[in-house]
Amino acid sequence: MATLMDGKEGMEYMAMGNEAFARGALEAGVQVAAGYPGTPSSEIIEQLSRAAKQAGIYVEWSVNEKLALEVAAAASFAELRALAVMKQNGVNVASDFLLHLATSGTRGGMVLIACEDPGALSSVNEGDARAFAKLVEIPLLEPGDFQEAKDMTKWAFELSEQIRNLVMVRSVTRMSHASGNIRFGPLPKVSTKAEYKYSGSPLDPNTGMIAAGGFRHRFVLDKLKKAVALFEESPFNTYQGPEKPALLIITSSACYLYAREAARILDVEDRVGILKLGTTWPLPPNLLKKHMASADNILVVEEVAPFMEENVKVLAAEMAGEIGIKNFYGKKSEHIPSVGELNPDIVLSALADILDLGYESMPAEYAKKTGAFATTKAPARALTFCPGCPHRASFWSIHNALELDARKGFVCGDIGCYTMAAGPTGFNTIKTVHSMGSGTGVASGFAKLRQFGMEQPIVAVCGDSTFFHSGIPALVNAVHHKADLTMIVLDNSGTAMTGFQSHPGLTVNAMHDEVPALDIAEICRSMGARVEVRDPFNLPETQAALNELLEYREGAKVLILRQACALSPQRKSGQKFKMHVDENLCLGEDCGCGRLCTRIFRCPGLIWDEAKGVSRIDEVICVGCGVCADICPQQAIKREVA
Amino acid sequence: MGQTRLTKDPYNLIITGVGGQGNVMASRVLGNMLVRQGLSVTIGETFGSSQRGGSVMSHMRISEKGNWSPQIPKGQADLILALEPSEAVRLLASYGNSTVKVLSNTRPIYPMDVIAGEKKYPSIEEIIPSVKELTSEAWFIPATDEALKMGNAIYGNIIMLGALAATGALPMDTEVFKEVIAEFLSEDKLDMNLKAYEFGGEMLKKT
Repeated sequence: MATLMDGKEGMEYMAMGNEAFARGALEAGVQVAAGYPGTPSSEIIEQLSRAAKQAGIYVEWSVNEKLALEVAAAASFAELRALAVMKQNGVNVASDFLLHLATSGTRGGMVLIACEDPGALSSVNEGDARAFAKLVEIPLLEPGDFQEAKDMTKWAFELSEQIRNLVMVRSVTRMSHASGNIRFGPLPKVSTKAEYKYSGSPLDPNTGMIAAGGFRHRFVLDKLKKAVALFEESPFNTYQGPEKPALLIITSSACYLYAREAARILDVEDRVGILKLGTTWPLPPNLLKKHMASADNILVVEEVAPFMEENVKVLAAEMAGEIGIKNFYGKKSEHIPSVGELNPDIVLSALADILDLGYESMPAEYAKKTGAFATTKAPARALTFCPGCPHRASFWSIHNALELDARKGFVCGDIGCYTMAAGPTGFNTIKTVHSMGSGTGVASGFAKLRQFGMEQPIVAVCGDSTFFHSGIPALVNAVHHKADLTMIVLDNSGTAMTGFQSHPGLTVNAMHDEVPALDIAEICRSMGARVEVRDPFNLPETQAALNELLEYREGAKVLILRQACALSPQRKSGQKFKMHVDENLCLGEDCGCGRLCTRIFRCPGLIWDEAKGVSRIDEVICVGCGVCADICPQQAIKREVA
Repeated sequence: MGQTRLTKDPYNLIITGVGGQGNVMASRVLGNMLVRQGLSVTIGETFGSSQRGGSVMSHMRISEKGNWSPQIPKGQADLILALEPSEAVRLLASYGNSTVKVLSNTRPIYPMDVIAGEKKYPSIEEIIPSVKELTSEAWFIPATDEALKMGNAIYGNIIMLGALAATGALPMDTEVFKEVIAEFLSEDKLDMNLKAYEFGGEMLKKT
């Protein structure tokens, strides 16, 4: 199966959750899909872009999430089915348009898939986009397994057309990045002609797409009411368990799988009922009433915010006269943690505690032994840049330049692999981290504190994709206000952290078509910034440029450090250098460098040979970038052209 | 089909290693092999923020009865396949039990704190008896060293899959492996990967 379009109806397939979402969109006849890369969402647009030509659809990696939502909305306005995809943090970026879109409404079925990262496994935070569905008053769906991820996506388009508004589908890492069996449905033949009709009054909800006028709020609420009526009958809400359970679990998403497994392990399936909700906002009140009436004790199992828990409690309060007073367990009672992702064991402990059951997941003696072995024989793996990563070289130079400058300069960080430079792998160089584009934005503020006595040099870093995403307005602000900062663009030729998705600096787009590339250096020059471009693997030249820029105090400066990611196709195709350490030249602990190479530089490909007391190249790990040769004061690390 | 081909349902397998060793690919190749043989497979991948150098694991739930939680409950692994030996030790503390089996590569990848001299990495001679003590069966194979002899360390993951097949823990068929690997890799790479798979089986039999 080369693309998801090749999967025949009825075929059983092991799909990653994100493949299931993409297939669901294709089975719904989606015609336009747009997104911005972000873990754990990226594979949805990737899969659609692979299938695009075959399916005759348009797919793009937009410049940022707000644009992705806008591009998809235009297709919906022109009566096509449209999809926007982003990670949770991206919904924050898109939220301004999202509010207005919910107010104008949509025409062709339009779905927003928001993929969240409970526990922030690959994010700067564990946000919760569900609150946006409530805030902007649109329906919210959450699939509870892989088949549902596909089927629910398809249904979301239909629902959107029924209520003429956007529908949000929420996924989590354990849904998007997990895999399971799904059965394919049919692929429709779609040939809807796009036309934006604007006959009639622009204020008419059926003819106008103008999100203005307070009266429109009424339409939004009417649409939501219609959705609730449909939710009451939805097959995506299921119940399994006895008629009168001792405990009713209300759950959704991957947590459903944890709850089901916990109940099985504890062997309490005859006493515990599981109400799995697929339609989580607004809650269908009659369904909730029926189930809550049957149990005195209710446990809500969900990740991140107590979103369902609070909404369920509001309903329970309203219905108290009919269903009686309930005992609630969940985040408020601390049976379910408010921080971090859940797993079967957390639900197990909650169940064991509430039902007063004993459970031991591991015999104490075995746990003690394995715990001791793990502590002594499995040293933790700290976050690190890959071997041959240009960021390690860049931060080596930035760190050294700031230390030499000695005015307590610091770096405002941004979002990408390079965020890790807040830790030892980047020599603890980054000192602030917030959202995408904010490094340069915050730096432009710091740089205006000169009149209050701040003399520290201000540096900001941002990646090439981040530059286009939200770095440009920040730089405009800095240039216009003569903010004395140095913006360093760590240009590694792609949206590297999420898997090399295209961005406007490249000549190929998501459809694999040739497109005009925008030159970051020219953009910055045209704004009036002083611009330098260097190869970070050339440590002496990079440091010289940095020293000079830190001295230059006339407004905003940009240093572009251009070197492809170590995992990029062009670098993976071959090693530039074959590296080795000359054992006769390496003085080891006696050098006086304090093991600069292995203790400070910390590339996984350059290891310490304890027996010989010298450093050594690990030929399995080293990718031959050659940078370490320049950091050894003894010139013991040798590079030969491979 | 129809008869039970699993020694336990769900059979809980963890494939673990360090980012860059082909952990995710191994789990997807194996998952596809088993699904083609009519089984249900649920996989949960855990990988950190960095693409290389972090601990990685894929939880696989293999069942005749449908999909399970993508995270294996504590203490419930049936087999741990480790592409890096210290990762096997790490996982035993969370997912081990007295009947668990371990199949491990022998070549270490040193964590940064070990390279920096802040932590110690045990020798393989220290790791092997500890793992044997905590498992019902344990096999150690120099997969990466042999892969290097074949020309590229990356064959290590396929060697380990071949060894897994030879343990007989799961219904793995060489013909199905050939079909699946052809969907993952370009044609010029198929011969070497089949060789690696078969070689892994031979290595296991020699342990």
